[in-house]
Parts: sequence; C-alpha cells; structure tokens
Amino acid sequence: MTTMTTVPRILRLTVVGVRTHVSYMSRSPLEITFAVLVPLVYATLAVYLFRAADDPDRLLTAAVGAGLMGIWSSVLFGSGGAVQNQRWLGTLETLVSSPTPLPLVLLPITLATAVIGTYAMGATVIWGTVLFDVPLDFAHPVLFLVAVPVCVLSLGMMGLLLAATFVLLRNANALANPLDAPVWLLSGMLVPITVLPDWTRPVSWALPTTWGSRAVHAATSGGPSAGEVLAPMAVALALGLFYALIAVLVLGRVERRARAAATLSLA
Amino acid sequence: MLAIEAKNLRRTYSSRTGFLRPRRTVTEAVRGVSFEVARGELFGLLGPNGAGKSTTIKMLNTLLLPTSGTARVLGHDVASDPVAVRRRIGYVFGGDRGLYDRLSALDNLRYFAELYGVEPRDQRRRIAELLDLVGLTGREKERVEGYSRGMRQRLHIARGLLHKPDVLFLDEPSIGVDPVAARDLRRTVADLRTGGTTVLLTTHYMAEADELCDRIAVIAGGTIQALGTPDRLKSRVQERDILEIEAYGAADEHLDRIRELPGVRGVAAEERGSRQAVMVQTERGADLHSRVLAALDGIRIGRVVTREPTLEDAYIAIVEESESGADRGPGAAAADRSEEVVA
Repeated sequence: MTTMTTVPRILRLTVVGVRTHVSYMSRSPLEITFAVLVPLVYATLAVYLFRAADDPDRLLTAAVGAGLMGIWSSVLFGSGGAVQNQRWLGTLETLVSSPTPLPLVLLPITLATAVIGTYAMGATVIWGTVLFDVPLDFAHPVLFLVAVPVCVLSLGMMGLLLAATFVLLRNANALANPLDAPVWLLSGMLVPITVLPDWTRPVSWALPTTWGSRAVHAATSGGPSAGEVLAPMAVALALGLFYALIAVLVLGRVERRARAAATLSLA
Repeated sequence: MLAIEAKNLRRTYSSRTGFLRPRRTVTEAVRGVSFEVARGELFGLLGPNGAGKSTTIKMLNTLLLPTSGTARVLGHDVASDPVAVRRRIGYVFGGDRGLYDRLSALDNLRYFAELYGVEPRDQRRRIAELLDLVGLTGREKERVEGYSRGMRQRLHIARGLLHKPDVLFLDEPSIGVDPVAARDLRRTVADLRTGGTTVLLTTHYMAEADELCDRIAVIAGGTIQALGTPDRLKSRVQERDILEIEAYGAADEHLDRIRELPGVRGVAAEERGSRQAVMVQTERGADLHSRVLAALDGIRIGRVVTREPTLEDAYIAIVEESESGADRGPGAAAADRSEEVVA
C-alpha cells in the first residue's frame, strides 16, 4: 500500500472525505434544521431592515448576506468543534492511528462544515424569492456560482486553523459564541465594512470571510466588471491557504501534545 | 526482526482538580512493561480492569507517548516514527463507538480505505473481500446505526484490516458480543494468524485466550506478572485442585473465611446471574470439601464439583498473588498507584 503523499492522492482523499462528512452531517435532521433555520431568521430581519431603510434594490444582497452568515456559523461551530465531535463519536483514535497526517484528516471535515453552510445560502435565497418576492437579478450569475464555492473553500481552510486552535483551548465552545457575530459584522456580510470605524479595517482585511463575502456580494449586485468578483476571490483563497498552512504547523504540535496528555479518547 | 519489542515501558497520567487550591493527581498506569512478540505470533495481554492493558496497546499503536521506556513495531520507534508504525499496523477496539453510524458499512470502509492509503484500483476488491471475511456481505448498504453489536464489531475488524496490516492490535474485540458472534470472531482471528498477521490481543475471556494465543502475558498493577504459553501458565496451578461451588449470596466475609482455611491457595467469586460461582484453589489432595462448605454456612449452595485447573484459574492465581504482593509492599497496590501533589 502506498503512502498518502502525492497530489492526486491528497485531492482524492479530500473529495472522499468531504463527501463522507457532508453525508454524515446531512443525515442529522437536528443539525440541518439549525444550519438552515437561524440564517432564515437573519434573512427575514435583514429584508425588513432593508425595506424599512427604503433600500429595496438590495433585498437580494440581504438574502445572500444572511446565507454567508450561515456559512460562517457552520464553519465556526462545526470546524471549531471538529476534533471534539470526532472524540465524542469515538472515531478520533481511528483517524489519528491512520497513516494520513492529521491536517489531511481534518481538512475534509472543516470543508464539509463549510459545504453544509451552503444549505443556508440556498435556503435564504429561496426564502427571499418565495416569501418576499426578491428578484433573482444577479449581476454575474455565473460568477456567483463560482464565488460561493470559492468562499466555501477559503472558509473551510480557515476552519482548519479554528479546529487546530480550539483543540488547544479549554472551553472552546464558549469561545465560538462571541466570535460569531463580530466576524460577520467585520467581514461585511450584511452591511459594508465602510460603515464601521476605521480602526477595524485591518482586522477585516485579515479575514478571508471579508474577501469571500466581497466576491459574493459583487457577483450579486456589483458593477459590470468581472474583476470586482475575481480579485477578492483570489485574495480569499490566498488568505485561506495561508491560514491552512499555519494550521498544519499548529496541528503537528497538537497531535504530539494529545499523545502526551492522553486526550484522544474520552476514556 | 521482531514484530513488537517493548522495553521498560512506563506511562503516567496526571489530572488537575480544584481552582483556588489546584491539586494534581498523578497515576502510574504502566510501570515498566517489557516483552517481545515474534512475527506471525498471536500474543495475548490479560489483566483485570485498570491493569494497564489498553494503555500498553495505545503506546504501541502510537496513540499515547510513553512517559519513559521504548517500544518498536517492526523496527520503527513508536514515539519518534509514528507514521511508519501506523502504515504497518491495524487497531481494532471493542464496543459500539468508533464508526460513522449514520453512514453505511460501505461508506465507512470507503472512507477509511482512503485514510489508510489503499490504492483506489484495489479498494472495491479489498472491501468486498473483507465484507465476505466478516460476514457482512449483503448488509453493506445498510446504515451502521441499525447494526447489532456483533455486526459493528465485525465491521471494526474489516476496517482494521483494510490496508493488510502486518501487526493487528485487538483491544477487547469480543466485549459484549454474543457467543455465536464471539466464536466467529475467534475463527477470523485464528485465520489471520494462519495468514501470517501478528496479533496482539487483549481480552477478559480466558477460553478465548487459551484457544487462540501462542503466548500470554498477565498484567496487573501496571507490571507483567507472568509470561508464557497457556500450558506453561496453567502449570503454575497444576499442583492445585479447584473446588467450584454454586452459591447464592456469598459475601466477602464468606470468601475471607474460606481464604483463612489451611490448604486454601486462593478464592474468587464470579457473578453468574442470580448465582455465583465460588472457585476455591486448594493444595492437591487436601480434602477441604466439608470445611469450605462449613465456611459458607447460612447461604444456599447448589452444585459442588472438583475439577482440573484451567487458564482462568492460573490467571486468578497470578492476579491474586500480585495483589497480595502489592499489599505487602508499601503503597504499591493498584489502587494506591495514585499520588496527589499540590500544584
């Protein structure tokens, strides 16, 4: 049997891993209900706010923004708790005792949490169309269909860093809650970051969520130039990759520490 | 080259409790375990709960770092070269957990085949072979959550064998499995050994160990108390007779009374539903029937038989000897192996 080092092998492992974990997560009615229901509440509130502000042209932006919030929440809670969830399932030991490096074991799980988040995007757009007659007049419909997966990919890679750092911290679940709203606010998912104080700008720029949501929003309601979508997409991917590389370094330490501290199983 | 080589393995666990006055508890789970397993051997690790069996296995399969000592699997150091070890080993543990139960057996096996680096072109054939081996052909598309415990256990074995490991660690694989499934499992393990796989097995079932293992190490209190072939271990109690009494309600005081009788070498009681099997090891030829029954005066007695010693009797004798030895030593008993320090 060969080792898991070549690029085609890594790609295959990632695809099979994402498919496995998306299937697994999709078969929990409770998880799917929460993944879809909360963004629908956000979408409803956003549509009413935008209407109240006499800004009916941006109703699709509101629906898409709520969907982005859903993707972020799914990544934050799913990826942050990825290691803990596998520990509860009793699968962490079988995953770690495989010859595949830990980052390659965890990446498909964090990507799967981002994919699960796209249920929210679909739900909020359909909700807006059916309930509020939001017209589906995307500025760049094809680029929108590219920008969302790119956003999912970059958030999934960022999720790997969340998985790595959260496992090092006690009470990581408590940390996830206060990170939810600030990140979607700082990333301009619903309201532009230009309305925030200037000092928040560097934080926004450092988040792949900012660039991912900029690309998705530009594809939804931006100008005619495709560059407005493609440029932030590239930055989102680059930032996601950067965070994933940091995660790989952190995970090397995490695994050794877990083997020393005996924290791989619940027993 | 040896399949497994453990030299003076030690492992301690520490935990912290309290906030204002934190206390750190250090527990020595394994205290200097050394043994060797040859390639193709089926080696058993027996011991009571908390004896250090699982900790030893987890150090050997790279899930735990030894606190001190060294271990090598097929020449690779388990602490410094874990990936090389993981490529050559399989790990199967007992119980319900460790599978994605909302997925089918096939989905589980496909995913783990990728993780264990099984060539894509070989996966379909290998998975079909293993489903056949563990008797799950035809049920592979059903969700695991609908499987019985025995079926889950068989799926665990299939998962552990996907990459054709040279060394297989089986940590209490037959726990909670019904007798028919346990027999099938024993047959599978025996077949693996015949096929040249080295197996390290931990179990609580002595008949299983006696039937399968080439050699057995009995571990208690974190150290190996005896090591040898099943026959050699049994020979330790050959000079004894076993008096087995079916009793209803034998308490510790009854067992203590028997233990004090001259000629008695050991006493153990095993719960069997509403009754107990009290096993009394006596010196060969010492006729203690009436005195043992007198010590059980006041409780209902069923069948009484005298029989030849089995591996279980040898195991009980070894564990009891280790416990009484530990009681004599200052603070060395398994229960006393923890120490508290103010952090």
